[in-house]
Amino acid sequence: MITNTSTPVIELVGVTRQFQIGTHVVRALDGINLTIESGEMVAIIGPSGSGKSTLMNTLGCLDQPSSGSFILNGQDVSDLSDNQLAETRSRQLGFVFQSYNLLPRETALSNVELPLKYSGGYSGKDRRAAARIALDRVGLSDRYDHRPMQMSGGEQQRVGIARALVKNPELILADEPTGNLDTKSSGEVIEMLRSLNEDDGKTIVVVTHDPEVAEAMKRIIAFRDGRIVEDRAVTPNAITVQSPVGGAQ
Amino acid sequence: MNAGLLFATALASVGANKLRASLTLLGIVIGVSSVIAMMAVGRGAQVSVTSRISDLGTDLITVRPGAEALRFAFFGGGGNFDVLSLEDAFALKDDVFAPEVKLVAPENSFSGSASVGSENTFVSGVGVTAEYLDARNLTIASGRNISNVDVENISLVAVLGSETSETLYGQRDPIGSKIKISGREFTVIGVIESQEGTIFNPDSSVLVPITTAHYRINNGKGLVDSISVSSISVLASSEATVDEARLDISTVLRLRHELGADDDDDFLITTQQDTIETLEGTQGTFVILLGSIAGISLLVGGIGVMNIMLVSVTERTREIGIRRAVGAKRRDILLQFVTEAVLMTFGGGILGVLLGWAIAYFGNGATVDGDIIETVIETHIAVIALSVSVAVGLFFGIYPAVRAASLNPIEALRHE
Repeated sequence: MITNTSTPVIELVGVTRQFQIGTHVVRALDGINLTIESGEMVAIIGPSGSGKSTLMNTLGCLDQPSSGSFILNGQDVSDLSDNQLAETRSRQLGFVFQSYNLLPRETALSNVELPLKYSGGYSGKDRRAAARIALDRVGLSDRYDHRPMQMSGGEQQRVGIARALVKNPELILADEPTGNLDTKSSGEVIEMLRSLNEDDGKTIVVVTHDPEVAEAMKRIIAFRDGRIVEDRAVTPNAITVQSPVGGAQ
Repeated sequence: MNAGLLFATALASVGANKLRASLTLLGIVIGVSSVIAMMAVGRGAQVSVTSRISDLGTDLITVRPGAEALRFAFFGGGGNFDVLSLEDAFALKDDVFAPEVKLVAPENSFSGSASVGSENTFVSGVGVTAEYLDARNLTIASGRNISNVDVENISLVAVLGSETSETLYGQRDPIGSKIKISGREFTVIGVIESQEGTIFNPDSSVLVPITTAHYRINNGKGLVDSISVSSISVLASSEATVDEARLDISTVLRLRHELGADDDDDFLITTQQDTIETLEGTQGTFVILLGSIAGISLLVGGIGVMNIMLVSVTERTREIGIRRAVGAKRRDILLQFVTEAVLMTFGGGILGVLLGWAIAYFGNGATVDGDIIETVIETHIAVIALSVSVAVGLFFGIYPAVRAASLNPIEALRHE
């Protein structure tokens, strides 16, 4: 599944993002150069206001750089129109949110179907079949017809992951995926992301405050004041940090 | 998103807040049903007026003095040669110049009181010839009609309308009895069959010979031929020849009045069709007025829809963000909200059509202040009302939907 192609999944070249607040110009991203290869599992850390959320919005094609270019799977998406960005979001990536962002009135199955509804070519039957597969993948085979309110936080987040998976994108972006979860559920979610990376070959980028979550990834990029201040690989033994978390019943 | 999915999504969203949707719907239901009911009442009035006129027979043509002639008669004081005379009427019965004229009935109206003993009533009097009843499609209920011998003899005989007879005689038979009309004593020779509900109701009238009306009641002078008439009823030989008959009448009268080629007619010819058109025109204005008032309530309903949609967009900002994040385009969001608005107005429209239809159906024949209300339900009004309700949804739904679609997805996702 993982092919060692020369095309990185993510390539940022001199990306800046400025916001005008009153007369004040804030540089949320200040000349970022970053490459993430297919099959990587990356944590992006940094204090509030460091620019990591802006980076996430840019990677998620919800926002565009003020200057520089963002090449996603070999395609420059810096200058795409709003519609093309929506297409790109729909086709190339899956988003996992801190607060799950499920539609409260809809069932798990229906929530997972949502991305398929916005891309043509799926019959209702196809959609439900794909959604079931995604929910099975995250271990929620018995929760198809549950609504978000009827599920635990960990289960809701797994529905969120299933929704990100349903179109089988190569890249999964997760913004503080464990921010609202207890330790046990956090462990489950991290384990799920690891499994998606290792077993399914997905490229995973996680924004987090939590050092334990970051250490569970394979690469850590630290942000401060809109710049990358650290970019290191995680030593394999750090993975063992995961075990007591997962095992703490 | 394809149309079916869009519809299902919109239906689920509208259905999620049933009370709110129902109240919004109610505004549209009231608007549409009042349009339907008002139009049914308006058209009912129109149709009933038309049918009453048609009851008289569409072969009836009425000739009256022109406005110029009347003015001349009143202010010029120069006799009556410009006004229609009895001789004009007789001249219309001419097989050579007016072949399409079947029947000519000149009349001369007067007003006055009629009394029998102590009973007294105001009557609208008509001086007529024997042809009057046929021309007006009336029949004698008892006794006999005024004959042309009565006309020649200037007889003091009278035919009563049914209401006049009832007021003065009650249940008694008036035939042969004496009646005082404008101070002169007449003998009652007949009673006209009641024509209640028709537009030229003869029930409160009194008919006398036209000559009697002129010499005895109006104290007129001159020869019989010069008696001026207030109108001449003419029947065409058939309903198909009304236009030819009209032309015949015009030709004869223009000749008799010695009008040059450039002179305007000094008389006015009205066919039943003209009358129907005039009245329908008046009624049409009435229908439009009713429709407009009802339309305003539909407009108010539309504003209600817009209000709810704006609230809905604000409340569902986060939902919009989620949808955008998973790949919805602006257009998808726009269509979703427009569809929701149209769904509500269309649903309200259908319920409104049913309700309006029911009101019109059960209201038909109801009596208000003694008047019978007739309603005519027209399918095209229902179709128009339904289309308008959809248009209202589009019009008032588009602005909230544009607001929803133009939300920044990042901010929308952050919205609490």
